[in-house]
Amino acid sequence: MRLDKLGVVIALIAGYAVAAAPFATFRANRIVAGEPQTLLAALPSWAGPTLLAVIAAAVLVGLFRTPSTLRLAASFAALAALLLLIGTAADHLTPPGNTYARVSPASGFWLLLFAFALLAADALTRLRPTPPLRILVLVLAGAFLGFVLFTGSWDRLSILKEYSARADSFWAEASKHVTLALGSLAAAVIVGIPLGVLCHRVQKLRAAVLNVLNIVQTIPSIALFGILIAPLGWIAAHVPGAADIGIKGIGMAPAFVALFLYSLLPVVANTVVGLAGVPVQANDAARGVGMTERQRLFRVEFPLAFPVILTGVRIVLVQNIGLATIAALIGGGGFGVFVFQGIGQTAMDLVLLGAVPTVLLAFAAAIILDAAVELSSPFHARTSA
Amino acid sequence: MKLRLPAIVRIGILVLLVVFLARPEWFEPVFRPLTQNNAPVIYNQGSLLNLTLLHLRTVAIATAGATIVAIALAILVTRPFGAEFLPLSRSLVNIGQTFPPVAVLALAVPAVGFGEKPTLIALFLYGLLPIFENALTGLTTLPPTVTDAARGVGMTGWQRLVKVELPLAMPVILAGIRLSVTINLATATIGSTVAAKTLGEVIIAGLQSNNLSFVLQGGLIVGVLAVMIYDGLSAMERFISRRMGLLQQG
Repeated sequence: MRLDKLGVVIALIAGYAVAAAPFATFRANRIVAGEPQTLLAALPSWAGPTLLAVIAAAVLVGLFRTPSTLRLAASFAALAALLLLIGTAADHLTPPGNTYARVSPASGFWLLLFAFALLAADALTRLRPTPPLRILVLVLAGAFLGFVLFTGSWDRLSILKEYSARADSFWAEASKHVTLALGSLAAAVIVGIPLGVLCHRVQKLRAAVLNVLNIVQTIPSIALFGILIAPLGWIAAHVPGAADIGIKGIGMAPAFVALFLYSLLPVVANTVVGLAGVPVQANDAARGVGMTERQRLFRVEFPLAFPVILTGVRIVLVQNIGLATIAALIGGGGFGVFVFQGIGQTAMDLVLLGAVPTVLLAFAAAIILDAAVELSSPFHARTSA
Repeated sequence: MKLRLPAIVRIGILVLLVVFLARPEWFEPVFRPLTQNNAPVIYNQGSLLNLTLLHLRTVAIATAGATIVAIALAILVTRPFGAEFLPLSRSLVNIGQTFPPVAVLALAVPAVGFGEKPTLIALFLYGLLPIFENALTGLTTLPPTVTDAARGVGMTGWQRLVKVELPLAMPVILAGIRLSVTINLATATIGSTVAAKTLGEVIIAGLQSNNLSFVLQGGLIVGVLAVMIYDGLSAMERFISRRMGLLQQG
């Protein structure tokens, strides 16, 4: 049997992670330096060898040229074992009755997770699952995560202790984060698509609008948040009624406006590109059968341009979920609150409590919208066959 | 999509920026109305010029490293030896770009501690993606007639790479570098939350002491820098593509 090159890389990473890197870190309380624990020391006597066996089996499957389905199954098994047993490690390392002790995953755990995620990503790329299948995998992964959280297997992990200390504010910030990301996207779609249609019809407007939006896109987020504080503060103070509907110098208002401005470019540009890509014959035929401009726009141009416009929406949503983190710096809330609090208190588990949901949210949004783009594209059936 | 600013606007903004960085106190009357209770008007916890230079240095080091590694990786996976990694590389670029830059920055802290290092690591890792993606696009979408011709005249693999493939892919790679620099300028600003010396410090100091003047100064300097650099790199790309166009004809 021939060796697989990626399998060799994965075997090297996994080998290093098991042999030389700590699997979990034990700390007597929240902020003291931790004691690294090896995989066998961190797990009870039944679990350590079991995990090693699963890892070794998955590495072997990866190391040789094996069918992609087998590789996918092996990588998922290894990932599931890692995720389940890190909770066991927390139970094992925490002395009974001790509520101050903190156990968190260490570099060996993250490296193993990375190695098998690579194997899974490679297998999935080669299998080319159809969009519904990809969504199914996402739902199953979400269900697994929900199951682990619901059964309390991770309750003794430091990140969940951070969560339980602030469960209410976690959900409040989560809803703010989603509101910021989705709300600014909705506003950008409502304004951006008509603007894109206008730019498509009026040549002179196109260059000017896209140029201005391009400049906005270039300005770093925190700078734009900052620049917007002054004018919004002025509006709140001088325009009657503005303060009543929540317009303020700091807080969600400047964050919302900044995210909206960032979102406009991908929406407008993709609308313009999508409309420009509508075949001339389709437009001629529409005119020939006597459609009005309005009918032509809604029945011919929009349906044909839809996949491209949806790609713009995908870019915006993933970008906004990430950028909304920075809103916390100007009091706009969102998961960034935990990230920046954690940085301030050098409590890295608190950073994770903010960063992990953000990454998962962005990742899920990307998978769902990519699938939607592919399903809506008329070329889908031909290219994937 | 390229950014085009009229030359006179460019020069005017650049002069204004340089004067502001060198003599910020001249602009005190402009920012005065933004402060209250006799708070300092111009940032006084360090030199703005110095912070700007440190900011640019961080971005330059990280982008240079990212460029070298990204191009090397792209060359590797487009050769027969690394072809096995090509499909995975494309997926990784897509997955990697869904990671928010702030998350990368914050997660680098536990690995290397506070200061310049996590910022450099986050900038390097995040800067890799656009360059790698564009280098892959550039190297895999060359016209087959050109590569066949290069093979036909007896060029070795190395000669084809250096004399044909890389020069033809250069405009696309440069566009990737420009994107990477833009993202890195923004991420470096947030780097000041992990104690890196960048212009973000001015904005954060303003937010913490409720001093709008600081916030606006920091925001404007970073914003103008980003737009000017983006504009400058776009101009350089146009120049190089034009020159290459001429070379191809001649």
